[in-house]
Amino acid sequence: MSGTKKETGFAFTIDGVEVTAYAGQTIMEAADEAGVYIPRLCDHQGLRHQGSCRVCTVKAGGRSVAACTQPAAPGQSVENETPHLNKMRRDLVEMLFHEGNHLCPICEASGNCELQAMAYRLDMTETTRFPYLEPCRALDASHPDIALDTNRCISCGRCIRASQDVDGKGVFGYVGRGIHRRVAVNGEDLADTDAEVTDHAISSEVCPVGCIIRKRVGFVTPIGEREFDKGLIGHEIEEKRK
Amino acid sequence: MSELPKARIATASLAGCFGCHMAILDIDERLIELMKLVDVDRSPLTDKKRFTERCDIGIIEGGCCNEENVHVLQDFRRNCDVLIALGQCAIMGGLPAMRNAIMHSDAPLRECLDEAYITGRYIRNTTHNVPNDPALPLLLDEVYPCSQVVEIDYQIPGCAPSGDIIFDTLTKLLTGKFRGFEPEMIKFD
Amino acid sequence: MDNGQNGSNGVASPVCNVAPIPEAEIAAICAAHGNDQHRMLDILREVQDRYRCIAPSTMDMIAAETGLTRIEVEGVASFYSFLSLTPKGRITIRFCDDIVDRYCGLKDVVEAFEDVLGIKTGETSPDGEFSLEYTPCIGMCDQAPAVMINDVIVTGLTVETAQSTAEALKQGTSPEQLVSDRFKDLTPHERALRMVENNIRHAGEVLLGPVPEDAGLNKAAAMTPTQIITAVEESGLRGCGGAGFTTGRKWRFAASERAEKHYVICNADEGEPGTFKDRVLLTERPHLLIEGMTIAARAVGARHGILYLRGEYVYLRELLEQVLEERRRRNLLGKAILGIKNFDFDIRLQLGAGAYICGEEGALISSCEGLPGEPKTRPPFPVNRGYLGYPTVVNNVETFCHAARILDKGAKWFHDMGTEGSHGTKLFSVCGDCLNPGIYELPYGHSVWELLEMVGGGDAAAVQVGGPSGTMIARDSFHRKLTFDDLATGGAIIVFNGERNILEIVEYYMSFFVHESCGYCTPCRVGNVFLQKAIHKFRKGLANPEDVDYLKDLSATIIETSRCGLGMTSPNPILTTLQNFPLVYSVVTKPNKDRIRDTFDIQSAIDGARKIAKRRSYIFDKDFTQ
Repeated sequence: MSGTKKETGFAFTIDGVEVTAYAGQTIMEAADEAGVYIPRLCDHQGLRHQGSCRVCTVKAGGRSVAACTQPAAPGQSVENETPHLNKMRRDLVEMLFHEGNHLCPICEASGNCELQAMAYRLDMTETTRFPYLEPCRALDASHPDIALDTNRCISCGRCIRASQDVDGKGVFGYVGRGIHRRVAVNGEDLADTDAEVTDHAISSEVCPVGCIIRKRVGFVTPIGEREFDKGLIGHEIEEKRK
Repeated sequence: MSELPKARIATASLAGCFGCHMAILDIDERLIELMKLVDVDRSPLTDKKRFTERCDIGIIEGGCCNEENVHVLQDFRRNCDVLIALGQCAIMGGLPAMRNAIMHSDAPLRECLDEAYITGRYIRNTTHNVPNDPALPLLLDEVYPCSQVVEIDYQIPGCAPSGDIIFDTLTKLLTGKFRGFEPEMIKFD
Repeated sequence: MDNGQNGSNGVASPVCNVAPIPEAEIAAICAAHGNDQHRMLDILREVQDRYRCIAPSTMDMIAAETGLTRIEVEGVASFYSFLSLTPKGRITIRFCDDIVDRYCGLKDVVEAFEDVLGIKTGETSPDGEFSLEYTPCIGMCDQAPAVMINDVIVTGLTVETAQSTAEALKQGTSPEQLVSDRFKDLTPHERALRMVENNIRHAGEVLLGPVPEDAGLNKAAAMTPTQIITAVEESGLRGCGGAGFTTGRKWRFAASERAEKHYVICNADEGEPGTFKDRVLLTERPHLLIEGMTIAARAVGARHGILYLRGEYVYLRELLEQVLEERRRRNLLGKAILGIKNFDFDIRLQLGAGAYICGEEGALISSCEGLPGEPKTRPPFPVNRGYLGYPTVVNNVETFCHAARILDKGAKWFHDMGTEGSHGTKLFSVCGDCLNPGIYELPYGHSVWELLEMVGGGDAAAVQVGGPSGTMIARDSFHRKLTFDDLATGGAIIVFNGERNILEIVEYYMSFFVHESCGYCTPCRVGNVFLQKAIHKFRKGLANPEDVDYLKDLSATIIETSRCGLGMTSPNPILTTLQNFPLVYSVVTKPNKDRIRDTFDIQSAIDGARKIAKRRSYIFDKDFTQ
């Protein structure tokens, strides 16, 4: 495949594995197709790329870039699973844990939570040096079918993009700046919006954490039998290569 | 394994629910194997309240919510070569640390005690007083993870950690083979 | 300590207790901007100026008029410091809270205002007359302490002048009357000079010496776009805003991009603390700036330009509008400039609203588009797809001025000045502990010592070159040269004498970056808060020796994973002082004893409980008796 003369396809490598990409593809898109998993939180299948969580940081041509937004380049060698990059990623995941209130033992999303699963994958088990910011944000349970606990929000913005681009609604958006920046709803509270429990933005796959809560279905699947109890995050992608 | 000299271990439960100590019992029949490697010194399991001699490993459940927790933790640090934080409360404060985030008034501790003993919706406290026996340790301004009070050498995650991860980690530590956790074993719930 | 997260939860909207605003008035404001969502910042600024608040109901109306959702409007309104979701006073007084102002007696000035007006900073008086607040550097460090009073600047305040100013405002004097009783009769240039001194201490050959009018533009008019770009390339001109990208190359990239439209944007969002050189160029060389933009437009084939003026420089708005108007009258802007067919170019002024990040190229473009000032994903680069998706050249004020002069005097003339790789002259804005703060136009290549001699800063112990995102150096580095390859700077030179507390300065700069991070990416949004808290621990004497490694380690993660230049440089105050002033860190750290953290303060941790229980600790109070 290397030095391919195919009109649209070209080759590059990730950790030495040769991967084919097509013009306009990002590093992550090409990697996903090839069965190479690059950790990510804000990026999600079917949604616009945002490049905000930075967990997908890889080294391409010697520069650190976000794999979800960086176009793949012919012949480039990309580093992904290196101790150095995984250390950076672990720092980022830990930052997100400490920015909000992430109490896994009491969270309904535990076991299905991508933030938690990423911490498992990246081995976030050493004594922390980061302070806990312990925000105090009100719960919005105004909607009959949906509740929002933004204490668990990691500002990935997946709900914003899903609502805008898939549902055509715009229920969510970012407000504020810096450490005060967060996801808010298009109205006084969630009941004041046109959000519905059937929205893609509300579905369990879009919110990676336990921030968007669908009422009356909690704990249907017991702890211990959930998605990431069955396998590490990213295993579906990695299995493509096996 | 059995020819190794036995290690001394100690355990304590600070601001925790004793669930992590229960989880130690989840090691089940492998406890016999473990007991071939260790003697248990100060611990609720032995009901020994003081260290009888210096220990190799101290295992701490729970974070620090009051002065006694701090005192015990410091005592463990002085008397143990290796200190292990066992479970989410010891590691990051856990459920007791919820009060850190909830209370942002000028007098957070007062607010917390009032809600817990007087004003809370489901409180039936006919004395309308916050308990204040002189034997009660003073509460800390917030709940601290163990690593903020003393140096912690290892953390075993979980709420509670599984018997498997406790057994695996302890036996590997005792035999000098611990190289970190298998990702599949790590659980925060 | 503020965890930076208290207050509104982002779900419920803030309340704005003002009289309902008639829909027709809001509709008129929106209509005046063509109901164009890309002019959202102008719309919101006007609403803020007129009603002192952007209320939720107002956001609904603006959303309806511009075809957006309310949350999108709120996203913009809640991003910029000068816009407020809660009502501000009829007169809002913003104290410049730069470290230089603090060292020039800001605290006393603030107290004088607070005493006279009867409110604390951060508050609005109950009658809705006054608001007091802090704002980061407003570009007046050479005449600190300074305040913004609505659109008026007052500099060089003392306790006495602060008192008299506050008294006058309380008696009903308008901010404009503070400047002059005949404010209306003054020209915009006179008004600007009444408010703010130029403090030009050394005029160089290129910018601040005599400059013939439009000589560069006249020559450029006779050249092809390629010839113009070649001249700028050959001059060696590099961007003067801080990053130092080669200007000619930028223009060539944009010119070679085939598109329906091209844009030229001037970055006058001079926000790096301690930088105020563009302020002086905007005041004294506005024609040269527009000339340079017009030349760039000819070079890249742009018909539209935007001059992005930081909100803090609103006092220069009239002056610049007048210059633009005059140039349109003289056929130096508009259709067929200088009578040349197809040489069409005009400029609109875009005012910012208090956001340092908008100095970043992509964030500046976002802001021009009516969005929150968030940097854009690169690639595509602005020269390929910038403003509204069109190829866009963004250059600093000084860069455009240089370009105009290069076209007049020739590339060689410029190239011969300075050093290899750093050609021409540079404006340095010098402030802090020196006798002659102000503007110095010098060729590149002077050493810091030489500059310090000129400014009367001989007893400097530390110099911050390039502002907080630059480098803090100690005396042993004063021989270093002010060039792109050695000590690069967008212009800021801040001098500190031996009495200044380095850790205090570093903590201030970190709080600045926390305040100004846009919050888009994790490392910059969260990591900078951690750095700020860590420095606070050092200042409180609660740091371990290992915390020095922690600072370096966390900084490395922030620098490597951040999305834009802010996060890539925000740890610099820490890293450069760790390198050049290691002792200030090591002397305050406390090693652990018996592996017990000495930094955990049990006494303060139990103090609250001691007071509630009205008893002492039987463990930690040594004098405890039953």
